[in-house]
Amino acid sequence: MHPVICNQNQCPPILLMGLLDKKYQDSNIIIVSLEKALNWARKSSIWYMQFGLACCAIEMMATAASRYDFDRFGIIPRSSPRQADVMIVAGTVTLKMATRIKRLYEQMAEPRYVISMGSCSNCGGPYWEHGYHVLKGVDRVVPVDVYVPGCPPRPEALLQGFLHLHNKIMNESLVEGVDPTKPVVVDDKGGEDIALKNVDETDEHKKAQIEFPQQDVQRKEKGA
Amino acid sequence: MKTTEEIYNILVEQFGEEGLELRPDEVVAPVIVVAPENIQKVAKYLRDGEDLLFDYMMCLSGVHYQKEEQLAVTYHLNSTSLKHKVILKVIMPQDDARVPTVEQVWKTADWHEREAFDMFGIQFEGHPDHRRILCPDDWEGHPLRKDYKVQEFYRGMKVEY
Amino acid sequence: MTTVKQKAPEVSLSPPVEAGNGLKTQEMVVNMGPQHPSTHGVLRVELTLDGEIVVAAKPHIGYLHRCFEKHSEEMNDYTKVIPYVDRMDYVAAMNNEHGFAVAMERMMDIQVNDRVEYIRIIMAELQRIASHLLALGTFGLDIGAFTPFLHCFIHREKILDIFEKASGARLLYNYIWVGGLMNDVPPDFKKDTHEFVKYFRPQIKELNDLLSYNKIFVDRTANVGVLPGKVAINYGVSGPSLRGSGVKWDLRRDDPYSIYDRFDFDVIVGDGSMGTLGDCWDRYMVRVWEMEESLKIIEQALDQMPDEGDVHESLPKKIRPPAGEIYDRTETPRGELGYYIISDKKSSPYRIKARAPSFVNLSVVPAISIGAMVADMVAIIGSVDIVLGEVDR
Repeated sequence: MHPVICNQNQCPPILLMGLLDKKYQDSNIIIVSLEKALNWARKSSIWYMQFGLACCAIEMMATAASRYDFDRFGIIPRSSPRQADVMIVAGTVTLKMATRIKRLYEQMAEPRYVISMGSCSNCGGPYWEHGYHVLKGVDRVVPVDVYVPGCPPRPEALLQGFLHLHNKIMNESLVEGVDPTKPVVVDDKGGEDIALKNVDETDEHKKAQIEFPQQDVQRKEKGA
Repeated sequence: MKTTEEIYNILVEQFGEEGLELRPDEVVAPVIVVAPENIQKVAKYLRDGEDLLFDYMMCLSGVHYQKEEQLAVTYHLNSTSLKHKVILKVIMPQDDARVPTVEQVWKTADWHEREAFDMFGIQFEGHPDHRRILCPDDWEGHPLRKDYKVQEFYRGMKVEY
Repeated sequence: MTTVKQKAPEVSLSPPVEAGNGLKTQEMVVNMGPQHPSTHGVLRVELTLDGEIVVAAKPHIGYLHRCFEKHSEEMNDYTKVIPYVDRMDYVAAMNNEHGFAVAMERMMDIQVNDRVEYIRIIMAELQRIASHLLALGTFGLDIGAFTPFLHCFIHREKILDIFEKASGARLLYNYIWVGGLMNDVPPDFKKDTHEFVKYFRPQIKELNDLLSYNKIFVDRTANVGVLPGKVAINYGVSGPSLRGSGVKWDLRRDDPYSIYDRFDFDVIVGDGSMGTLGDCWDRYMVRVWEMEESLKIIEQALDQMPDEGDVHESLPKKIRPPAGEIYDRTETPRGELGYYIISDKKSSPYRIKARAPSFVNLSVVPAISIGAMVADMVAIIGSVDIVLGEVDR
């Protein structure tokens, strides 16, 4: 029985899933970084908010149906933004709808992602030139993580978009904060936050390092 | 089944020639042009008259004739029992486009007239809910007019590409 | 550029009413907002409720207004309008294109050969089945039944396979052009379609066993949202919603276009067998039975279709219709789709207005939902079968 060590860079997600599937055939100890385990858990169960606007919504429904199954990736639809991880903006975003999309995005709980599906939400789509009421790209109101091109994109293309999102989630880091676009605020009033500072620079630690060798020297001088 | 000429003759018998005009040579089908003041009573008679029975309004659309500086409303009517169709048109100057509503005659006209107001700025007098339907309520301008220039920003969002 | 002034919409509620025991009740305005789980798109319905009962329902539309009519004026060719026409009723794209082609061909007096007509009819009827399957599946999903949704989508995928082999796309095809088709069908088209017809007939029975006569489904849809026939005609309702109220009006029979007069099929009307005539169940069952009629038309068309004929024979080199206007209409799965096309002899259209069936069918929802409960609103909107791309264009 030997432990399986998963290093930071050498732990592909498939290996983890394979270990769990075989129910610890080789060993029953997994050593993995907390970040990787958390990210793997988060990416295996992304719940999207049902937000179909136009034609791409039909392809999103077809992807959720049985031929191109979403559920095998753990992706299920949720109606409320409070319970969703990702918002798939599927379809044309009009100016009348854009204020509502912003409000829905703000109602989602972090960590949250946005997938822009289809040409219309990427850049305005076929209506870019003369559409007076079409917003030319949903990234003018919400930050987008993955763009899926197509008009409408095939269900396989949407699934590939989700796989890219999986990669993005796997590469996220706990230490730098969950939302990399927002700066981490350190509260200096209620005591020092040691975890954020470099360990070598703490004063007490420096004192401890200097005193220890001197104690040794004193002991040597006393005794033989 | 009646042709447009026969329907025009019946209308002239009922209301006189004042305010009614037949254009028989239009491509593809002849058109009866009605003056704005008369449209309500003509519409009611078309719906209830025993040889006419136009109970189904297929479409109501606005048109902007830029060269003649006119705005028009076109009514396409159909009878489900007698299977004939007729086309009515009301033509107004583009700066003062007002026409009475036919919403009490055919309820189809309710939303169609709101759309014609939204897109062209045609006022429908007597309409119970006269406001924009497709564009937002604080939109500027009437988009389907030929001289429409789109606004640059809407609530902080850039409209152009 | 002057904007006509309008007064801002007001929300007016009746004052609180004494309900006895020192309590008061007041009506409440609740938003069934642009984002809601019924997958019909971005529709906002403002409900005024007295407890659970709907006193008034006001639909607000325009959240998907994509400026189709302005776009078509700016295109410098009529063929460039066809992809935009597809995207109006995105669930039944072939029928939209068919309607546009029929209107333009009547205006320009173009005759297409028989092979083109038969292929168009087969594509239109297959699309009708696919659209009804989606409507029935999502209607069941709204009511709460998940399994019929998955079954309907499996059948729909088989139809989309046939379309993909012919045109290259699954949803928005750009296939039926003015004067012909984009390209001829692949060699195994007839075999595929025959196989589909043979496969699909027993599936309608399975759908009926699963959903249509299910007691819970009948309880939720019978006697809900009753639409009398005369009211429907006055509101301009068309399609299965009108036929569910007992009015026998189908454009393929009463105002025939293309070669529909060569086929033998029935016009299905609702009969009020499970509740009142014109309720949600009737409108739903009309769609189920219409799928069977479409299968009949497809079989007859496959038998009568000629094997020879060039689909590009009558394609005009440059589309320049004569100066004038035309209004022509066809029967899509949602009702009467009409195109009012005005041309001024140039190669770009002067005005194209699309009279969308869902736009008109939706205007009847405030009238039929008075007295219903909030849960019934979902059933009513689902049974009228709207597609927001068409409503807002």
